[in-house]
Amino acid sequence: MTRDARHERRSVAAATLVAALLALAGCSVAPEDAGPVHDPYEAQNRAVHDFNRGVDRAVLRPVSRSFRGDPEAEPSDLAVVVVNFGENLGAPQQAVNRLLQGDLRRAGRNALRFTLNTTLGFGGLFDVAGDMGLAPDDTDFGETLYVWGVPEGAYQELPLLGPSTERRTAGRVVDIFTDPLGSVLSTEQRRAAAAARLAGRVIERGRYGGAVDSVLYDSADSYAQTRLIYLQNRRFELAGEDAAPSEADFTDPYEDLYGE
Amino acid sequence: MANDLTRRGTLAALAGGAALALAPRAAQALTEAQARDLVQSLVDDINAVIASGKPEAAMYRDFERIFATYADVPTVALYTLGVDGRAATDAQKRAYIDAFRGYIARKYGARFRDFIGGRLEMEGVRRIKSYYQVRTTAYLRGEDPFFVDFQVSDRSGEPRFFNMFIEGVNMLLTEREEIGAMLDRRGRDLDRLIADLRTMG
Repeated sequence: MTRDARHERRSVAAATLVAALLALAGCSVAPEDAGPVHDPYEAQNRAVHDFNRGVDRAVLRPVSRSFRGDPEAEPSDLAVVVVNFGENLGAPQQAVNRLLQGDLRRAGRNALRFTLNTTLGFGGLFDVAGDMGLAPDDTDFGETLYVWGVPEGAYQELPLLGPSTERRTAGRVVDIFTDPLGSVLSTEQRRAAAAARLAGRVIERGRYGGAVDSVLYDSADSYAQTRLIYLQNRRFELAGEDAAPSEADFTDPYEDLYGE
Repeated sequence: MANDLTRRGTLAALAGGAALALAPRAAQALTEAQARDLVQSLVDDINAVIASGKPEAAMYRDFERIFATYADVPTVALYTLGVDGRAATDAQKRAYIDAFRGYIARKYGARFRDFIGGRLEMEGVRRIKSYYQVRTTAYLRGEDPFFVDFQVSDRSGEPRFFNMFIEGVNMLLTEREEIGAMLDRRGRDLDRLIADLRTMG
């Protein structure tokens, strides 16, 4: 099969998936007065949560600890390089998503970061763009859907990947098929990219070890805490740093307690 | 005689203090400057502890003390009890507030430990209803900066923060859910929860 044909097939598949997933993402809309959490799949999600916690306890947590060594030490040079490499490979995808979100400034920033880090940063091992003041910018197709006005959908906990929403899950699937690097990299290179991302996750798990442990292992209901923390944080990130504090989401303990 | 008077005076003051803790005074108008000053002094205290170079255990104790000093602990505590708080006696409420003070200070004090080697910086103040939200940015070693927001009120009688958000995660909501789950696990027995809380966090 020629590269063009392969590419075209991939595009068709992607377009079909987008349509299917948009329909799916739209299928579970929270009732107006549902509160901050819409979780109709709770029983299934809890089963996945138990599985994920088992994987964390048996694999991710011990491996991340042995990687990390001294918990108070600065991240090792190797850890930094691995994280940089994985992040750099995500930059073209993020540029595309920023473009789809109509954010030309950040689309350009991601494109420039990728160019600088891939060339001057030895294939993305060093974040020279960051040193020049072009900070990393994380986004995904889930955010693009948010910008397009697609509702969040129900809460989901995915095997191995962890907390998500229907909209974010749809975004993940689309991101797999629309990665500009997907058609450029060889199979070996793709494997290396996947390995770098996986290693990056292990390193991140080690870095936020205390906070993650406290939620997963010290909570009375780790599923509910993970869900609430994830949803709040995701919404906060999507709203953007300049968003005004929302009166609708405001928690007023004085009114609640003293009826003032 | 003098002793009796003193004792009575002390008891009255204690009772007054307890009443104050449970039913805040009507609010004076909190100004933006007061809210900013409170958080600035909180941030200065945290940064001073971080920079002190003390052993970690001593830092945790300092963070606990800072939390208990700057937060409106009775309000935060009673809010997290939810509807179970309404059925509680005043004695239970006081015992719960006391146990919660240690629990929340240890828990969030332990999160401040991640700040060792970093610093907090004041950003801006925004009004939300009759309160102020003060934004700070945390700059930690080897991490992208992130936001920590404090919401401030003087309804306890003096300016205190009653909620904090770490990257959008709302302490009041998160703790209310967690305390609710703890109560579930204890058959909604508040006294058992109070006893257990004293060593948790």
